[in-house]
Formats: sequence, structure tokens, C-alpha cells
Amino acid sequence: MELLTHILGAIATVILAFVVGMSYGGIVRKITARVHNRIGPPWYQNFIDAFKLYGKTTAIHHGWMQIMGPAFLMVSSVVTLMFIPVLTNGGWFPNLNFEGDLIFLLYLMVFGPLGMALGAGQTGNPNSAIGVTRGLSQMVGFEIPWVMALVALMIQFDTTSITGLMEAQAQSGTWNMFSSPFAFIAAVLAMLGMFRYSPFDIVGAPTELASGPVSENGGKYLFTMMSSGSIFAFVKLTLYVDIFMGGADNLVILLLKTFSIYMIPVLYGIVSPRYRTEQAIRFFWGWPLFFGVLALIYASIF
Amino acid sequence: MINDKNSQKIVDIIQNWARKQSIWVLAYGTGCGAIEIPPTMTSRYDAERLGVRGAATPRQADVLLITGYLTTKTLKRVIRVYEQMQDPKYVIGFGSCTINGGMYYDSYNTIKVLDKYLPVDVYINGCMPRPESVLAGFGKLQELIGNGEANGATKYKENLEWYRANQKKIIPNWVMPEYNW
Repeated sequence: MELLTHILGAIATVILAFVVGMSYGGIVRKITARVHNRIGPPWYQNFIDAFKLYGKTTAIHHGWMQIMGPAFLMVSSVVTLMFIPVLTNGGWFPNLNFEGDLIFLLYLMVFGPLGMALGAGQTGNPNSAIGVTRGLSQMVGFEIPWVMALVALMIQFDTTSITGLMEAQAQSGTWNMFSSPFAFIAAVLAMLGMFRYSPFDIVGAPTELASGPVSENGGKYLFTMMSSGSIFAFVKLTLYVDIFMGGADNLVILLLKTFSIYMIPVLYGIVSPRYRTEQAIRFFWGWPLFFGVLALIYASIF
Repeated sequence: MINDKNSQKIVDIIQNWARKQSIWVLAYGTGCGAIEIPPTMTSRYDAERLGVRGAATPRQADVLLITGYLTTKTLKRVIRVYEQMQDPKYVIGFGSCTINGGMYYDSYNTIKVLDKYLPVDVYINGCMPRPESVLAGFGKLQELIGNGEANGATKYKENLEWYRANQKKIIPNWVMPEYNW
């Protein structure tokens, strides 16, 4: 019985992540359009796009690794989702109730992009290869402040588990974004790169690289990538809410918190042009790194 | 149940609705018509509210937009792009040049009638067609897709020999990969 609840809960979590991620994507398109003084597509446009992509024939075959690439992405997103506590007390979304630790999660989160890199490499499209190298360089850039922020939290609260961090916040009564502000700043600056909106959209770069790693993938491949991207966006936002904003007791609070933190990269992205690769890396190794070091010092002293 | 004709019809209706609401355009900037695409997409006319959106590569695109005249040299590239696109796919001929050659009617190095080389679903007349008429063309395409009448790709597959013969008349050095749709 308990196993059944867990399996149903896991399925419910995946559906929730898909729906929320897709809707957020649509709302972002609407917000972008309003900033451009356009009317913009309806908020459910992403669902229509996904459905249409799923209905297209997909007769592209460059080898097995290309098929495995989107599958890697999807698996990575879903597995990462399973280790994130969606609500504080489990509730309707008990997941696998793994006392997840952050170090494991850091490894899991780069698994998908690496699989995608292999898949994109096999398509033989030069744009894909350039996109992959850019993506990996950018990952080297933002992973460092991101890991520093997480390590600072681990030192400060003497735990590596996400639920432990959430409990610590519940006990002290303040969110981590206030009790360890430098870690929060470093993590938010790293988040700009993680979401790949402008000015850090150097991987996709539609006009420059013809959408980069996905340039040879259409139809069902693209549908898989789109849905796994939506799930992964939800995963990252929930992780931020869990470790910095004290988690959420119910769905409404979760949506409010994730949406408000999602607006940081989105709104920064709408008004920014694109960086070059070396500019992006230099950005992450500048102020975000500084705040990461500051967070480490703050955590080890206090 | 799955191969039942009526359930297939229902699936087709839903899929056609999704297809007409989400049109990803590969604007192949062959001729001068490409200059009318930015105003169509940006804030004045905003094609995105109709679900029309640019696609970066032929693999992701639904609609191939031939904007203006096609020289014999670009025709080869256009054919290659068209054959890389995934079904269901549509072609919009943009401007008078794609209909009868337009102002290039007596040119030695442009093709005159696009329909002999690629199956065109919708023509947009004019030289240049303004963004209003481009949007009207997209509206017509949406109508055709919704009714299931935009079947240029099937026509192309059925009459492939005829199209190939016409194409090879224009392109003497035919070195092209074969695509398996």
C-alpha cells in the first residue's frame, strides 16, 4: 500500500512539474511579449506547441546516441525531481522520500546536459558542436559560485541533506536567504546562467547558432527536450525555494515562491542582449565568485 | 480501437487544431521579401499572437516561407531544406515572383513558377506584400490546415518523379542526398 502511494505520488509529481513548467514557459512568453509592447501568445501556447511537435513525424536518424540524448535529458530531469521535496511535509507529493543530499544532486543535475552533449555530437551538425562547447564552458562558469553557495550552507548548518536544511530554517524561523545572504546572492547570480535566458543564452542563440545542440532535432525529439526542460525548470525553482526560502507548505505558496524567484532571470533576460562566451564566463568568475567566497568565509566564521 | 477510422478522425481533428495554432516558420530569405518578415514578427503586427513563430532550423520548422524570387542557384538549397523538414510541412510562396516571375519574368537565372519545383500551399500576392497580407496568408494557411486541405507534402511525395524531372532541368549538377521521409 505504501509502495503504491509512493508510485502514484511520483507520477503526480511528474505531472505537476510538467504542467507548472510548461505554464511558466507560456507565461514567460506572454511577459516577454508585453515588455516588447506586443500582445503575445496565450499562456497555454507551449502546450499546443508540445502537442504539435509530438504529432510530427520524426524521420531523423544519425545514430543511437542521438536518440539517447533527449532520453538522457528526460531521465535526468525526472530523477532529479524525485530527490527534491516538493512540499515541506510530503503531502500529495511524497516522491521517493530520499533524505536527499545536495552533493548527489549536484552530480545528477549535470548528467542530463552531458548526455545531451553526446547526443548532439553525433548529429554531426557544426552548430551543435559549437553549442555544446559553449554550454560546457558556461557550465564551468556558473557551477563554481553555485557549488560555493551550497557548500557554505552545508558548513553553516552542518548538514548536506535538503530536508535537514529545510528543518533548520523551520527551527530558526528565518529563511536562509536572510540568514546567509551572500550564499543567496551567489546562488541567484549562478541561476542566471543556469536558466539560459539572455544574456546567457549563448548555447541556443537562435540567430547565431541556429538553436545550437538541438538544431538537428525536430518532432518528437524536440517534444522530449521541451518537456524535460520544463520539468527541470520546475526542479531548479523548487530546489531554490527549498534551500533558500524555507520550502512551501501547500501548492499555492509553492507557486508563489517559485514564480517570484523565476522572475529574476526572466526579467533580467528580457532587457539584456546576448553575451559572448568569454564574457559570460568572465561574469561568473567575477562578482558571483566573490560572493561565493564571501559566503564561505561568513559560514565558517559565524 | 486504435486503428478504427472514426477515432483516427477525432485524433486528426485535434491534431489539425494544434497544427494550425502553432506554426513555426522557416523564413528562407531568398529574395527582397525577407524584409517584410521583421515587421510581421515585431510589435506592430505581432504574428506570435496567432502562434506563428520563427524556427531556427528546417528540422524544427512547419512552414517554409519562400520570400521572393528564387535564383537557379538557390533553388538547389531550397529543395534540400524542404526535404529535410519533417511532415506535416507546408510551403508559402511569398510575392509575385513565386507566382509568375513578377518583375523577373524575363530573367535568365531565376525560376518563374515555384509550383513546378515545390508544392505551394498558399500564395501571398504583391510586390511587396505588406505585413497585413502576410498575416492574411497565414490566416488562409491556418484555415486550410484546420480543414485538413493543406496537403502539399503528400502531393510532392506522390508526384515526386514529375517534381524531380523539373528540378533536374534547372539544376544540371545534381549531387543531393536522398532523404527518407
